[in-house]
Amino acid sequence: MTGLQQVTLTVNDRRYTLAVEPRRLLVDVLREDLGLVGTHVGCEHGVCGTCTVLLDGASIRSCTTLAVQADGRAIRTVEGLADGAQLHPLQQAFWDAQGLQCGYCTPGMLMRALEVLEEHPDPTPEQVREGIASNLCRCTGYQYIVEAVMAAAPRMRETGSTAPEPATGAQA
Amino acid sequence: MTIVERPAPPPVRTHRQDRRWVGKSINKVEDPKFLRGRGGYVADLVRPGTLHAAVLRSPVPHARIVSVDTRAAEIAPGVHAVITGARAAELTGPLPDFGPDPAKHTWRCLAVDKVRYVGEGVAVVVADNRYLAEDALALIDVEYDPLPAVTDPEAALQPGAAVVHEALGGNVAYERQFDFGDVERDFAEADLVVRDRLRWRRSGGQPLETVGVIADFDPATQKLTVHTNSLSFTSYMFMAAGALGIPMNKFDVHQVPAGGSFGSKLFVTKPTVIAGMCSRVLGRPVAYLEDRIDNITNGDHHGSDRVYDVELAVMRDGTMRGMAIDVVDDYGAYIQFGVGHHGNALAQVTGPYTIGSVRYRLRAVLTNKTQQGAYRGFGSEVNNWMLEQMVDKAARELGMDPVEIRRRNFIRPEQFPYFIPSGNVYDSGNYAAVLDHTLALADYDHWRAEQARLREQGRYVGIGVISAQERSVFSATEFWFWFDDPAAPVTSSPESVTLGVDATGTITATLYSCAFWGNSPETMVAQLVAEEFDCDPHSVSIIYHGTSGGLPATGPGGSRTTVMLAGAVEGASAKIKAKARRAAAHLMEVDPGDLEWADGGFHVRGVPDQRKGLDEIAAMLHMFKHSFPEDLESGLEESKVFDHPYTTMPSADRSDLGVFYPFMGNACHVPVVEVDIETGRVEVLAYAAVHDCGTLVNPRSLSGHIIGGTAQGIGTALYEEFVYDETGQLVTGSFLDYSIPTAMEVPELRIGHVETPSPYTPHGIKGGGEGGRMMAPAALNAAVNDALAPLGVRVTELPMTPDRLRAAIRAAEAAGRR
Repeated sequence: MTGLQQVTLTVNDRRYTLAVEPRRLLVDVLREDLGLVGTHVGCEHGVCGTCTVLLDGASIRSCTTLAVQADGRAIRTVEGLADGAQLHPLQQAFWDAQGLQCGYCTPGMLMRALEVLEEHPDPTPEQVREGIASNLCRCTGYQYIVEAVMAAAPRMRETGSTAPEPATGAQA
Repeated sequence: MTIVERPAPPPVRTHRQDRRWVGKSINKVEDPKFLRGRGGYVADLVRPGTLHAAVLRSPVPHARIVSVDTRAAEIAPGVHAVITGARAAELTGPLPDFGPDPAKHTWRCLAVDKVRYVGEGVAVVVADNRYLAEDALALIDVEYDPLPAVTDPEAALQPGAAVVHEALGGNVAYERQFDFGDVERDFAEADLVVRDRLRWRRSGGQPLETVGVIADFDPATQKLTVHTNSLSFTSYMFMAAGALGIPMNKFDVHQVPAGGSFGSKLFVTKPTVIAGMCSRVLGRPVAYLEDRIDNITNGDHHGSDRVYDVELAVMRDGTMRGMAIDVVDDYGAYIQFGVGHHGNALAQVTGPYTIGSVRYRLRAVLTNKTQQGAYRGFGSEVNNWMLEQMVDKAARELGMDPVEIRRRNFIRPEQFPYFIPSGNVYDSGNYAAVLDHTLALADYDHWRAEQARLREQGRYVGIGVISAQERSVFSATEFWFWFDDPAAPVTSSPESVTLGVDATGTITATLYSCAFWGNSPETMVAQLVAEEFDCDPHSVSIIYHGTSGGLPATGPGGSRTTVMLAGAVEGASAKIKAKARRAAAHLMEVDPGDLEWADGGFHVRGVPDQRKGLDEIAAMLHMFKHSFPEDLESGLEESKVFDHPYTTMPSADRSDLGVFYPFMGNACHVPVVEVDIETGRVEVLAYAAVHDCGTLVNPRSLSGHIIGGTAQGIGTALYEEFVYDETGQLVTGSFLDYSIPTAMEVPELRIGHVETPSPYTPHGIKGGGEGGRMMAPAALNAAVNDALAPLGVRVTELPMTPDRLRAAIRAAEAAGRR
């Protein structure tokens, strides 16, 4: 439609330089151009939080963010959580607590929960519940998600593994 | 009264008590891929070079299509094809329709001469990507000749109402009255007839993932390969093939995980027909991935939309004798599943009670709204709500305690198997045990005291107590027993599993339907296989077979998956063990009858050291054929096609519908709510739920489904509604207006289980996936009515939005002043 614009995105510590149409959504660029299909599309109007990623450490809706708005910034997606074969403590807690059913909201929920735990490393269940109320889950009724986040909190405090630090410098 | 001759039930099973894996809350085997964002949902499978389809939706509810000008769209950048409804009607046949008379309300993938609801597809554009396809949609010029719209089912019944389908003559797609048992006598002998009028408005599953299809037609082989999160009915795939005009043996559907369904991905034909049509025209792969507006407005799966007039015949002592139910159901513009939703209702029409007779009159009405499909409960949840509302009203009119009237009418444990008036059987149950467990879990007496104390402070707290049924494992008869001359009296609804033990002794299970849509079929199969073969469930590999060359399978729906997969696993395991026993006996030079299975292998009875493990037997069978007799084939792989274990035919006069939903769970929900009478806001203060779905396979998984289903039921009861205004516009077309409960609207639930095994299924398992939503709307309505009883308010319409509650409170206040 219109001309392409060059953007540089640092996604999960890898730097990508690519040309995108100004109207393209960040979620589409993550999924289609970078092949990071772990970030899902739910409502496509910024309500459900399925597409949540961290932008410079803060959660955003990637379905209502243009890729050009993320130029020069660091993005963290679900693909950046596990360390090889080792699940991130938060992922492990979701598995142990059955904090997911269909799994579709899970990547966005994990990213938002990471942010909640950054803000409240030793949270109350009420803080977790209010924190994740930004994201819809249609399967679980949230109870086991709250339990998972509560269970992850002490494990993450012990291991010091909160949200992986947005790093820059790695070349794509 | 007609005496019904009933075929004998299947033999009663003796269930093993020493289970090792069935009953354990293991970590689900599906989860790691989802946790890593590697779920492999349909949108994740789009390859470079795939074209994208976008559908132009009607902005008007009812109009003749005068003209569709696609010239500008056809030459827009990146566009490969523009197909109008008229052209689509040349390329495809009508969509499958389970109604009695499909020719009178023909349903197509795109509208041809007329649009019948806001959102109905008019044309499809295929372009290099979705952005370009939507650009081109804006260039299509459609001229509409508007017609009056009808969006209220009762208005649609009135003379002079707008007619949705001219060929039908009016708007009633189907009307029938059944009389089960001696209704006249029960009403004549009743001390009191309780009457009410109830309104259940439409909501829907709205999974966070929409329906998507990737269709790839190969012009060389004329074969259409489809990847989709829908079309679970492998055994009914011929209908989609028929709509596309593609031979079944050239139509290969690969099922992928669904990001939620709750019924709304049940056999969704339309997107597959649209994508398949486009791919065949272009000879290239085409993805049609609904966006949210497509799914809300045109997704074929709005839920029930009913108006009830009900009468309940009761005695002074609270005994419920008979019911007369007159229901009008708004099916929207097309009647895709016929009236199966009311078959579901009739499976448990009298609930857990000994009500002896039922009159059921149904009018299925068409209007200018999206067509009704499936939503967790498939219409039975509405019946639960209606019945529990009537029981509460009877208790109020008789001055009885709501717990006591239920207890008095329960079917007792010794009465099972129990045939209800409609002819369906309840296999087993212990309703008083479920009720007692729930009241204890809910701290019922404490909350009654709290309610009185808070009432003194001017606060309106209410406690709901409902006991209701959750039917499981449908038989296909429910789709046609409505009709005296059914077009297709099919009786099959099988599920298949292949188990293979490879040369190293590891086990692979192959499934043949789109089993995964948020339930846990892989975990269920892994635990069931582990139970059979004494292996670690996480060591079992699960794969899905496409429809081409696949075995018969039906897929999820009606809480059938676990029971049916259990039967298939049991059957395939028995075959594997029979062959392994012969092989082991031959290798050990003993009689096969002298061997017994223990700890993953066969040993000589009484001589545990003389044994062959399954891994040793499998290695020999795979690689040392000539060590065995000639008729023992190489390999160790067996399949089982498991058919519905208990179905009987309806009587010719339909005074008895036969057995069609026999594995009957039960649940009791006790929510405590507070209503702010100034704002109409409802807060859930506490919530206890106990379910009895027979033997549990993974208790935490079932608890998760109860909690999640209850959360959806909270949405149905308080927040969610597809609202059409009087002009026919859908005014809740996004999640801003269609309000799905967040974590702040769903309370912490207390969950309990009672396990009354089914006598007829493997391990005694019953289905339980829909239970939460089948109970919560009834329970919350009861709680709100209890809270508002001091004001003389009884709410009879869902969802109980603040404006509806305020209107009811204002009306009661006005009546009080008069």
